[in-house]
Amino acid sequence: MPYLEIARLEKSFGANRVVTDFNLGVEQGEFISLLGPSGCGKTTVLRMVAGFERPSSGAIRIGSEDVVGKRPNQRNIGMVFQAYALFPNLTVAENVGFGLKIKGARRDEITARVAEMLALIGLPDLGARYPFQLSGGQQQRVALARALAPKPRVLLLDEPLSALDAKVRVSLRNEIRAIQRDLGITTIFVTHDQEEALSISDRIVVMNAGIADQVGTPFEIYNRPTTRFVANFVGQLNLFKADGAGRIGGVAVGQGDFAARPEAVHLGREAESDIVLPATVEEVHFLGSVIRVTAAAAGARIALDTFNRPDMPPPAVGSAVELSLSSRDLIPLK
Amino acid sequence: MSLYARLTGWIVLLFGLGYFFIPLLGLTEFSLKARRGVYSLDAYAKIIGDTEFQATFSYSVVMALVTIAFGILIVVPTAFWVRLKMPWARPYVEFLTLLPLVIPAIVIVFGYIRLYNTSSWLPLTGTVTGTNLLLAFGYTVLALPYMYRAVDTGLRTIDVATLTEAAQSLGAGWTTILTRVILPNVLPAVLSGAFLTFAIVIGEFTLAALLDRPAFGPYLQRIGANKPYEPFALSVIAFAITWACMGLIQLVTRFSKHMKAES
Amino acid sequence: MPAPSATPRRHLPLTWLGLMPFVIFVTLFLVLPTMHIVIGAFQDRTGAFTLQNLRDLNTGTIPSSYWISVKISVASAALGCLIGFGMAAAVVFGAVPRWVKSPLMTFSGVASNFAGVPLAFAFLATFGPVGLVTVFLRNNFGIVLSRDLGFNILSFWGLTVTYLFFQIPLMILIITPALEGLRREWREAAEVLGASTAQYWRMVALPILFPSLLGTFALLFANAFGAVATAIALTGSALNIVPIQLFAQIRGDVLGNPNLGYAMAFGMIVITAIANVLYIWLRIRAERWLK
Repeated sequence: MPYLEIARLEKSFGANRVVTDFNLGVEQGEFISLLGPSGCGKTTVLRMVAGFERPSSGAIRIGSEDVVGKRPNQRNIGMVFQAYALFPNLTVAENVGFGLKIKGARRDEITARVAEMLALIGLPDLGARYPFQLSGGQQQRVALARALAPKPRVLLLDEPLSALDAKVRVSLRNEIRAIQRDLGITTIFVTHDQEEALSISDRIVVMNAGIADQVGTPFEIYNRPTTRFVANFVGQLNLFKADGAGRIGGVAVGQGDFAARPEAVHLGREAESDIVLPATVEEVHFLGSVIRVTAAAAGARIALDTFNRPDMPPPAVGSAVELSLSSRDLIPLK
Repeated sequence: MSLYARLTGWIVLLFGLGYFFIPLLGLTEFSLKARRGVYSLDAYAKIIGDTEFQATFSYSVVMALVTIAFGILIVVPTAFWVRLKMPWARPYVEFLTLLPLVIPAIVIVFGYIRLYNTSSWLPLTGTVTGTNLLLAFGYTVLALPYMYRAVDTGLRTIDVATLTEAAQSLGAGWTTILTRVILPNVLPAVLSGAFLTFAIVIGEFTLAALLDRPAFGPYLQRIGANKPYEPFALSVIAFAITWACMGLIQLVTRFSKHMKAES
Repeated sequence: MPAPSATPRRHLPLTWLGLMPFVIFVTLFLVLPTMHIVIGAFQDRTGAFTLQNLRDLNTGTIPSSYWISVKISVASAALGCLIGFGMAAAVVFGAVPRWVKSPLMTFSGVASNFAGVPLAFAFLATFGPVGLVTVFLRNNFGIVLSRDLGFNILSFWGLTVTYLFFQIPLMILIITPALEGLRREWREAAEVLGASTAQYWRMVALPILFPSLLGTFALLFANAFGAVATAIALTGSALNIVPIQLFAQIRGDVLGNPNLGYAMAFGMIVITAIANVLYIWLRIRAERWLK
């Protein structure tokens, strides 16, 4: 029985349908990402779970309790915003203790809990500072501590890393995941960054124009995308068109379009790869451990990644090479 | 938003708006009551025909134009110079331009009377021209904060340094630069400041009264003490002028935005 | 602008020259007159230094005139803040439709400049003995303004109500940006953490707005304190506020001691200066938070 259940959720603003027939069951302690481009409705779904938007129809249940009729301040939910949203007139400690103060907890309880949360996010000495004295990454961690301090049932994060520097983004997302695992709190994480979603989620919901295109583990989403949109949005994709007879490189694959990930394409012939295509190298990017090669084959541009091998220098631009891939690695696109 | 909140909002807003419109309504209504029993423009006719009105109004208009001229002459070159050569001085200059907002006009004119009277080193109040000049300077001081802020904001949007260098490389001297290059580019800002100055000067009372000059403000107050309906008509005129000035400012700023957008 | 580092030092005075007209003008027509007053406040007839003038401020009708000035300024500032806040909040938080905002701001810009003599007449025409509202109430409801509601335009409250005409718009103009600076996420964050609307306002929004509110109050106070034309036009010399006293003193040395006039003016400067400094300081603080 999922802890957080969203059933047939719909939302329209006037004539504009932003969320259509959204269904999701989240287990207790699971970390789910809502992934998609801007305007796909992922933030709207999150805000409906939080209570800031009213669904046009559908149900949202937390712990088998229907929350749609409840105001946000009655749902016992924690939320972290993209713009941190720390109260500028309160210190870090007062911010973190805000939820407990509202609940009417005793002063010593609040102090203890605040200390505990500050230690959890690794900023035990910053209690007396004000938000404007903190960096973006620090502010977001405080926001996380503030959301978690009142022990909410569900944690919602609305693109929390989008406003931060790239380096901080990577370290903070791992921190968030570690804390979430520690506390075992059911979490929904909204992002447009697929690398973020892939690296820290238990499951991902890929959304497109208000519809959940696919729900699955990162492995499933990446390797077995069920729609063209998902295949395109997550990871890099090489497109292959089967010819009139349903063949690519002489191998029968069926009609239509196919895709293959860069790591599935090999330079030169490989034992397991049945499809071989002659190609001309267009670009070579030596990235250290990985070499990214772009080659033109049969009118298409193919991008492939190959590991660096000290005894094998990368191919020269313009040279003729052979690309091979296994027909099993082809992803059919609908 | 709850119905309660919405209702309260409307009530407060309507109360506020009523508060403003009712006095204006009263003013206008009163001004039309000169002829017994029927609304008429008699009061307005009487005023326009009154030679004293014509004299004081034209005096104030002339004063306003002189003040605007002084203001532009002092503010534009100064703001330009500070921006170009002495950016570190900006806070100090700004502080000085904000002083007239802190020091009440009555104190300033008190200082004038004491400092520039007939027995001082600059006996401005000794002559009529001198006093007129003093009044104009006083008005310029009163309008200084607004004029400076308007021009400074206008200068901020143009690249003063590059324009000046370009003009200098073409052989222009400072006066040419100011009049042909800078001024036309900050014209909307200058006009805003000018209209605001106009509104301030037309209605100004304290300076003119204490320096005993035949301006519109003291005339208004004098009429109010003596005549029944004319003062109200005069006040309607004054309000209309203020509104016109504000409207012109809006027009100028909106027009300048169009120009900027096109270029 | 590349600094003329290779320029010999003798060019430095030249840049100062460009600032001279402004400095001369401001010195002659703003700084010197004010300093003359300030210094004169501390001098007696012979020019010797004395604090007697300041002590004399405590004599006669002067303390009461300061007190009335302060009272009117506080009253009009407080009411202006309250009503202006209400109107601005109604527009910013969507209690009234969005399109109201622009006309309201424009009108506030005009109304805040409509002071002085014409304003007095507007209110006389409305609440005076034969004013529009007075007559309307009497004819239609049988209410006599001065008797039943105790309101007389030619009085303390009359002047306060008149001052509100430019105080309220000034408040609206200044507080609207501050209210718009209240980010929606703060409200939502507070709500998610369990706060009710009242708790949000008490614990987050009002504390954030407080510097702006207090600062604007100070500004409104200074604004009312220095106003003289409206008062003269409305009440003649009946209401004995400081500017009117000073006005009479300047006109004809009614106090018999010119230096006392200086002291009165000095007192005015001190009060408005404190209020304005307070306003600026609080503005800076508020902006730091609302970054």
